[in-house]
Amino acid sequence: MTMIFGIPVQALLGQLLVGLINGSFYAMLSLGLAIIFGLLRIINFAHGAQYMLGAFIGYLLLTWGGIGYWPALIIAPLAVGLFSAIIERLALSRLYKVDPLYGLLFTFGLALVLEGVFRYFFGVSGQPYAPPPLLAGGTNLGFMFLPVYRGWIVLASLVVCLGTWFAIEKTRLGAYLRAATENPSLVQAFGVNVPLLLTLTYGAGAALAALAGIMAAPVYQVSPLMGSNLIIVVFAVVVVGGMGSVLGAIVTGYVLGLVEGLTKVFYPEASSIVIFVIMALVLLVRPAGLFGKDA
Amino acid sequence: MAEAPLLSVRGLNAWYGEGHALHGVDLDVFRGETVTLLGRNGVGKTTTLRAILGLVRKRTGTIMFDERDLIRLSLHRVARCGIGFVPEERGIFSALTVDENLLLPPVVAPGGMPVEEIFELFPNLKERRKSQGTKLSGGEQQMLAIARMLRTGVKLLLLDEPTEGLAPVIVSRIGEVLQMLKARGITVLLVEQNFRFARRVADRFYLMEHGRVTSGFPVGELEARMDLLHEVLGV
Amino acid sequence: MADQAVSQAWVGQGTRLQWLLLALAIAALLVAPAFVYPIFLMKMLCFALFACAFNLLLGYAGLLSFGHAAMFGGAAYFTAHAAKVWGWPPEAAILLGVAGAAAMGLVMGFFAIRRRGIYFAMITLALAQLFYFFCLQAPFTGGEDGIQGVPRGQLFGLFDLNQPLTIYYFVLVVFLAGLFAIWRIVNSPFGMILRSIRENENRAISLGYSVARYKLAAFVMSAALSGLAGAVKAIVFQFATLTDVDWQMSGEVILMTLLGGIGTMIGPVAGAALVVALENSLATSGFPVTIATGLIFMACVLLFRRGIVGEIQAWLDRRGARSED
Repeated sequence: MTMIFGIPVQALLGQLLVGLINGSFYAMLSLGLAIIFGLLRIINFAHGAQYMLGAFIGYLLLTWGGIGYWPALIIAPLAVGLFSAIIERLALSRLYKVDPLYGLLFTFGLALVLEGVFRYFFGVSGQPYAPPPLLAGGTNLGFMFLPVYRGWIVLASLVVCLGTWFAIEKTRLGAYLRAATENPSLVQAFGVNVPLLLTLTYGAGAALAALAGIMAAPVYQVSPLMGSNLIIVVFAVVVVGGMGSVLGAIVTGYVLGLVEGLTKVFYPEASSIVIFVIMALVLLVRPAGLFGKDA
Repeated sequence: MAEAPLLSVRGLNAWYGEGHALHGVDLDVFRGETVTLLGRNGVGKTTTLRAILGLVRKRTGTIMFDERDLIRLSLHRVARCGIGFVPEERGIFSALTVDENLLLPPVVAPGGMPVEEIFELFPNLKERRKSQGTKLSGGEQQMLAIARMLRTGVKLLLLDEPTEGLAPVIVSRIGEVLQMLKARGITVLLVEQNFRFARRVADRFYLMEHGRVTSGFPVGELEARMDLLHEVLGV
Repeated sequence: MADQAVSQAWVGQGTRLQWLLLALAIAALLVAPAFVYPIFLMKMLCFALFACAFNLLLGYAGLLSFGHAAMFGGAAYFTAHAAKVWGWPPEAAILLGVAGAAAMGLVMGFFAIRRRGIYFAMITLALAQLFYFFCLQAPFTGGEDGIQGVPRGQLFGLFDLNQPLTIYYFVLVVFLAGLFAIWRIVNSPFGMILRSIRENENRAISLGYSVARYKLAAFVMSAALSGLAGAVKAIVFQFATLTDVDWQMSGEVILMTLLGGIGTMIGPVAGAALVVALENSLATSGFPVTIATGLIFMACVLLFRRGIVGEIQAWLDRRGARSED
């Protein structure tokens, strides 16, 4: 068996793949957080709960309605996006004029409620969710065994992240978004319905989290707590990357996922804290974050 | 009966926080006119423009535009009535390219200038259409700020100190642009400190003092009032 | 949180009425064990102290920490370990907890004050989570089980803390001493500078204050007092577990402060009492606590950001202003 630094290559590649998978979710989630923060100036603490909601909608569609993975991939983000857009209209929109910390506290409360509801009905134990038949099984790449579903996640998340990046950087709607991030009242004075743009942005960010959730369902188990622990790691990712740049959020997500995977190989005890440690180090060297513009 | 003004402002009061900035502004702008607001710094010229537009939300009075009262409309609906805005700080977005800045304001009415024509008018912008908006020189940014309003088919353009801090060549270029706007029948409400520039383009003047319009006169009376103006404006 | 109008009524020189109310409140706390379970009262007092310590940072320095559970729970672990494994007397074990919490506050604050506002909150949350994972794996914390069966011991070798009333009055003394310390800090020149930093950080910088140092000092004081609350709680309940260092605990102390009134002296006490009472009653009803806390959070933020005490003060101030006219 081939070894690198005394570690079997198989194990190393396996953990790197796990890291890449985690990184895919970090990237998708921190991307949504960064978009929402850019325009709404609110840190969406409910992002983890919206991720969990996406996974649960997929699970419930399957168990109650017999509706499978592929339709759920569309339905779950739409449902969560719509629900979140309503929340923005009814509640968050009242908080834009006060200290942004209130937005954080409100979405924290929302996260507790969502999590509490699902805990009440489903308990804390995870529910399994099988990958769709098309993506079941795996292929032997010669140097390692690759479960197809995991390959799909890496690919799909890349497409989603780059697609989102493209939509923001290269389309007209994206130009509205960038301009409104810079000077919302002037954009509105030009005739753009900025309040609607805010609602759509929050909905889209939440939908992105839900998409990550339904994609995560076959990998991790579907559980009410799946989002809350993840979101704290994603916060650290966001502090490392700085929220000024969309591409920065994506890259930081993948890289930190890989670093976490590597840590699992070489020093497993530290794998759950390595991202937090990196955050602390980055704060020492570059307090604004690696891609951050605002201090 | 004379034609009703395109814009008619009556008893406009506005506040920034607790500060009372406008104390009952009255003014009229007729179709096709270019009207200039004169006054010292801090008398409320910019605030008048921003209050008409709704960028200053705390306001009372009536703002009739094209037979609609703007005061109850939300900010983005005002622009959709056909009012364009070129802010004092120009408001070029750094996250957008020149092209994107130009295409940002939505078209609010037919009759706007096609992009090709705009580029003919401002060849500099065409050359630099892919660069970041704020990488342009001050003069080019001002051109861009005006140019992006030409596309949208606005009936009234609010221009806040377009010549401030610009070289004479650029100022006369802007003067040409304003002549062209007039030729196209676009109504302009201009805030300007630069007398010589204003008299070239304006049909009428309003003088503002302490948050009020204190007098109004056509361009023909400018010479006769020069002494008074010099005194009030301190130039 | 700039729109919190801190009324001077509770922090400045109290009126005669307020001294009277204070005396009444203390008297009520002295006789309370005759009517209410002491264990329940002690829980309230511990959390009230925790919330007041947290409010020292949020209400007076304007820093929202989302990681105060680390100091609270960390102190509980240190105290529990010292009392149980090393056989330290309670006063020494509690002191160790406080010192440990202050040290943790120094480290956490050192990193967190590099950023402001929302980032500050996220950094404290992430560092507290780091500590959580550390506690999950470190050998001395007992992992998922925590440290159980901590002896209460003899205070100064004189008072047997196993007696319910003895330990109750001990907790009450600690609580009042902690509150007094906070009151002194808030009303000292140091407290004034903290408030001026909260109101306008840039102005404070231009006045020549070393803002970072003040923030760090406030963080450490808040951490030490939170640690005091956690340490005493470990002695009272005789255990320290992961629940105390969990992010939900950080959320809970925010809720208590927000509900009672950010930046008011007694608001956090009222908030803590309400939340503890609510959780107690929900524990028997079967209604999930997290849903209730979440709903209260949302309601507070949307409807009464000043908190209960803050709203009452604002109402009194308005009435006072009217009667002066």
